This record gives sequence, C-alpha cells and structure tokens, in this order.
Amino acid sequence: MIAEAGLAALWLAAALSLLQLPLTVGHLRGWFDGARTVRSVAIAQGGLTLAAFAMLLLVFARTDLSVALVATNSHSAKPFIYKLAGTWGNHEGSMLLWVMVLALAGALLAIGSRRLSQHTLVAALGAQGALALGFYAFLLFASNPFARLDPAPLEGRGLNPLLQDPGLAFHPPTLYLGYVGLSVAFSLAVGALLTGDVDRAIGRAMRPWVLGAWVLLTLGITAGSYWAYYELGWGGWWFWDPVENASLMPWLAATALLHSVTVLAARGALRAWTMMLAMIAFSMSMVGTFLVRSGILTSVHTFAIDPSRGTFLLALLGIYVGAAFALFALRTGKLKEGAPFELVSRESALVVNNLLLTVILGIVFFGTLYPLFVEALSGEKLSVGPPYFNAVAGPLALLLAALVAVGPLLSWRRETRPVFKKLAIPALLAATALVVSLFAAPQIGWLPRFGLTVAAGLAVASWLPLIRTNPLRTPLATWGMALAHFGVAVAIAGMATDSAFTRERLAAVRPGETLSVGPWLVRLQGLAPAIGPNWTAIEAELRATRGVGVLILKPQTRFFTDPPTETNEAAIATMFGGQLYTVVGKPDGEGRWQLRLWWKPFVTLIWLGGGLIALGGLLALAGRAWRAVRRERRSRPGQSWTRKGYS
Amino acid sequence: MKPKNQRLVLVAAAIAAVLAAVLLAMWGLKDRAAYFYTPADVAAGRAAEGKAMRLGGMVEKGSVRREADGVSVRFVVADGDARTLVAYRGIVPDLFREGSGVVAEGRMSRGTFIADTILAKHDERYMPPQLGNQAAEHQAAKTLRR
Repeated sequence: MIAEAGLAALWLAAALSLLQLPLTVGHLRGWFDGARTVRSVAIAQGGLTLAAFAMLLLVFARTDLSVALVATNSHSAKPFIYKLAGTWGNHEGSMLLWVMVLALAGALLAIGSRRLSQHTLVAALGAQGALALGFYAFLLFASNPFARLDPAPLEGRGLNPLLQDPGLAFHPPTLYLGYVGLSVAFSLAVGALLTGDVDRAIGRAMRPWVLGAWVLLTLGITAGSYWAYYELGWGGWWFWDPVENASLMPWLAATALLHSVTVLAARGALRAWTMMLAMIAFSMSMVGTFLVRSGILTSVHTFAIDPSRGTFLLALLGIYVGAAFALFALRTGKLKEGAPFELVSRESALVVNNLLLTVILGIVFFGTLYPLFVEALSGEKLSVGPPYFNAVAGPLALLLAALVAVGPLLSWRRETRPVFKKLAIPALLAATALVVSLFAAPQIGWLPRFGLTVAAGLAVASWLPLIRTNPLRTPLATWGMALAHFGVAVAIAGMATDSAFTRERLAAVRPGETLSVGPWLVRLQGLAPAIGPNWTAIEAELRATRGVGVLILKPQTRFFTDPPTETNEAAIATMFGGQLYTVVGKPDGEGRWQLRLWWKPFVTLIWLGGGLIALGGLLALAGRAWRAVRRERRSRPGQSWTRKGYS
Repeated sequence: MKPKNQRLVLVAAAIAAVLAAVLLAMWGLKDRAAYFYTPADVAAGRAAEGKAMRLGGMVEKGSVRREADGVSVRFVVADGDARTLVAYRGIVPDLFREGSGVVAEGRMSRGTFIADTILAKHDERYMPPQLGNQAAEHQAAKTLRR
C-alpha cells in the first residue's frame, strides 16, 4: 500500500505541474488572474513529491522486498542508517530525490518571493512547472521507483559496499540541493525574459538562490572529494573522473553566475549576460545529471546501464536547453541597456572573472564529452584524464586566483584611486614564496610552484577589502567574500603542497618490520581479524613514530558477503602538519603483507579551504537575509525603530 | 563607454572566451587523450611506444606472477586474438582475478605494458563499458549451456 500511495502522489504532482502550464499562459496573456492559483499549485506539488519521497524512505526502512527497487538495492542485514541512505543510493531513488528538490524549490519560490513583480513570479513558476513535468515523466515512464516485484524475493541483493559509508548519507542530497537550487535561477531567468523585466529586482530575487545552491555545491564537492580520498584508498583527492566533472561544471557556472548576479543586483549592469549564465548554470546541472544517470559513463555513481533512459534524459536536456536559448535569442535584443561602467572598475573585474570561469568551464566540458563524441563518431574508445585537465585548466585557474586578489579592491563604475599600492605587501609575499620555493625545493613542478606563489599572495590580499573599515559596520556579505577568497588561497596551498611534497612508500613486509615514509617510521605490529555488522576484515596494526610520540593506525581489508566484494579501508592519521595515509593490501603467500603508505603534508588544507569557501558563502547569505528581514520590518507602518547609519 | 558600445564589447568578449576554450581544448586533447586498445590492437602496432593509453581484456588464466619484492606483478592480458604482457607495481584491486576482465592505464615500453593503475570490474552492476560486450558474450554463452 505504501508504494502505491507514493506512486499516486507522484502522478498527482505530475498532473498539477501539467495544470500549471495553461494557468501560467492564461495569466500572462491577461485572460484571468491566475497568480494565486499558480502559487498554490506549486506549493501543493512540493508537498506531494515530499510525500512520495517519504513513502520511498518508509519502504526502504522496512526493507519491503516486494518493491523491486528495495529488492535489488537493499538487504535485511544492512545497518539501519544505510537502509535509509540506500533510498538515494540507486538510480530511481536518486531521481526521485532530484525531482523532489525541484518541486520543493518551486514551492519555496512561490512562498518566499514577495518583492518580485507578480508577472515575473508567475512566469518563473510556470517555467519551474515545465521543468518538473519532464522529470516526472522520466520517473513515471522510464524509472518508476515504486514498481512491485512478484513474487517477492526472500532476500535483497545488497548495496555496493563502497556506498556503505556515512559520507553517502549526506553527499548526494547536498549536491542535489545545489544542482537543483540552480533550477530556480534558470526559471527566474526564463520568467524575466518572458515578461521583459530584466532589472535589479530580478538580480536581487535570484541572488539568494544562487548563493545557497553554490554553498551546497561547494560543500557537496568538498565532501565528495574527501570521500573519494579516504574510501577509494588511492591517496588522491580528485581524479578528473567524468562524474566528478559533472559536479564541477555546474559549480564553475554557478561561481560565474554568483559574481555576475551581484553586479546585476547592485548596479543593474550585465543584464543579458546574467540571464545567459543562469541558463548555462542549470543546463550544466542537467548535463551532469545526464552524464551520471544515463549510464554512458561508469563509476560507483552509475547504477544501471539502460540506453532508453539515456535517450529520454538527452531528449529532456535538448528540449529545455534548446527552448531556453531560443527564448534568450528572441528576447535579448529587446532588453534595456545595462548601467555603463569604465574599463577599470569592479564590473570589468567581474567580467574578467566570468570570462575566465567560462573558458575553464568550456575546457572541462569539452574534455569530459570528447570521449563520448569520438566514440559516437568513429567508434574509437579513449579517455581524458589529469594530464589534459591539469595542463590546460590549471594555469587558467591560477591566473583567476591571482586576479581574485585585485578585483575586490576596485570600486564600482570607475576606479580613480591607485589600487596597486595596496597590493604591495601581497605581491612581496608572493615573490618571497616563489624565491623560497626555488631554493628550498628546486625539483617541484611549475604548477605547484606557482600555486604556492599565488596562495601566499591571495591569503593576505583577500583581507585587504576590510582594511580601514569599521569591522562592525562592514556588511556580513563583505566578510563572507573575504573569507571565501581566503578559502581559495587555503585550498590552492593544500593542492600545491600535496602535489609537490607527498611521499609514497609501497612494500611487502613481515610483522615486526619497519618502513620509512617522509619523516615517519612505520612498523607492522601484526594482523588480526575484525568483524562488523555485515562484513569481516583483516586488520593490520601499524605503529608510526616521528621523533617523540606514537600513533597506532589500523587499516583494514574488508570482505562483504552481499554482494560479495572486498574493499580497502584506509587508516588516516591527521595532525597539524599533514596526514599519514595507510592502506593494507594482500598477503604475498610467504608471510609478508603489502603496505602502501603516504605522507601528505598539509593535504587537509584542500578541504579546509573548501569549507571556508562555503562558510564565506553562508555568511553572505546570512547577511543578506538579515538585511531583508530588517527592511521588511522597517517598511511596516507603525514600527519605525530603525537606527540611522546602519542601512 | 557608451551603453551600446559596451554591449558590443561584452558580446565580443563572450565569443572570444568560447573560442579560446574551444581552441585550448582542441590543442590540449590532441596529444593528451589516452586511447583504449586491446591486445590485438597492440599486436597490430597501433599503440605508440611511451604514449599514455588504456589496455583492456581478460587476465589470462595461470599468467599472474608475483615478483620477489612482494608488490610487483606480471600478467598477460588476452583478447582471444593476441596477448600482451603487463607489469604493475602496487596493490591490485579487489576484483582483479585470473580469467576476469581488467582495464589498465599506462604505456607500452619495449613490448611490455607498464601499468600505473589497474581498474578491475567492480561487480556485475558496475562495469567499465569497454568490458560490457565481453561480459555480455560471456553471459550469452552461459545461458546457451543451460
């Protein structure tokens, strides 16, 4: 019954999204006033998809094996948390999560946007409904999560052990919230282009959505990178895997959009430009979903190979992207001119930021899709990996990071003050870092070397916009910007030190023998069996010393029975100066065990930087929300307790 | 700058950015893409010496030899038509077995494939697409026997 109720809720939601289209058209044509109905329909749709998702969670929690999805992806002996997380650890469940977020975002847009013009809001809700409709169809016709299995099997097939990890409980929902949060920016852009009201108000309405989605994408990517780092046991934190790129592309577009929407909201410039970026950003989310969900790529993320689904998603992608860009082409000429600015101004700096991000996005996009094009055209199989992405996108990313030091110091519209004097200290620091690295570590590659240089300069320069301002009166958004830019410097420093100074050791040793890696001496104490809820393991005990102090690490090789799989559980010791990363491999049959050890100085800065970037975004979001609340209070009659000078 | 000119400059800049991305990508992809070859391709001389590539096929039964250091292995990858010797130093992945599918990343060096990474088939649901056909044939053969 539960599964049928979920399916019914999904059908109802789809019917409501279909109803939304004529209502929107009628309202925009002026046939009737449909604004309130459209808003209620959007809210009801959000509630229905939430109910459908809750039903699926319930079915997984109870391990109802008569539901096909549960039978193929769950197992009664699985820990409860992974039964729940298993709900989105498969194709159908994760698509339902995707659609739920899309519908909830529409509902939130219907509730929250009071300051937007009624017409634009209705048009945007219509666009959101049209987006949802396609994905409801995809769920109902090509990937029904509630399909029954008759007869029900006695036991489920289990979940890929790699996915049985606390990281899985949060990583996909975070990323999906980010991906699909961008759908609102897309719908708002479509709505504004339909009504022609591309102005500062649309920028202000779009900004919190972009900021929120971007924060979640940043967190999702950072968490995903750390997950791959400790779970795969390969010691790397980014593999330029197509699935990783699928999350990076929307992030790059959202980063560009975040900066241009600020220009639109603050200055009323870059109007068509921002609408274009809003469309590209969500298109990239859809491209990402297509790449991951169509089964044309392979990784732990691709759950099933089913060509009809890929074709369906590709058709949806083509329709939405094509329609949006056609609308853009039709309407862009009729938009009002944006506010003018000089060549040296903050607007120009943000345009340069946007251009560089666009080029990087293009490079990642072509590199990710190139193997698919080549295979489709010539049948030849190839893969594109780190050698391409690092060499082509890396230098541009560093150039962008260097310009991040300059941009925030410029003033809007027209720069009259000498800015470069302010940059003397950061430039000096960067030069020092370069010279020191040349003498102290002449052997490292030029990319990490310049990474260290840029990081040193930006770490200081990012705080310059706050100098000579009253810290209490500085808007939270400015603090957030400084913190996020500082986070970029921290992350780059981590990436550079990791790639330049990592030490690796691989050997087969007997219990009692010692290996050295970097400054560490690691002794294999012994091996013992270990047991978990649905796995058994061989656990090595390692004793690591560096001068004084002793660390005990216990890496494992785990054996899962449902489905039968082995995984390597790395043991990682984190300290201030870096991480000691240990993996135990296989016995060699002569009493020796394979050990793989890495000493990674300051590698944690990568994820710390990612966290700081997200925190900066969160601060900015909180600051804007606080301002909006105050403005609301002030605009209410009879409550004029506003203080002067704090606006 | 006049607003009209400004719009023109912005449009030109956007087009230049997209062009730059395309050109940079084409330049980068020309010699940095790793082609997927089977042992038959290698035997036919299609894999250039020293160039990054992927090799895929089945690990030949009885061919895996461990070296004295305990962490290096040598094995033969075969595709029915030809055989290629592979050398790898590292921990082989969990599902690396004789008689099952494998994809290795690395380069050819004097007739031996020096692997940097070995990607084995994860389980029947998570399989490199390059091995999809081989697995399907295997499955068909099993069904016929039944």
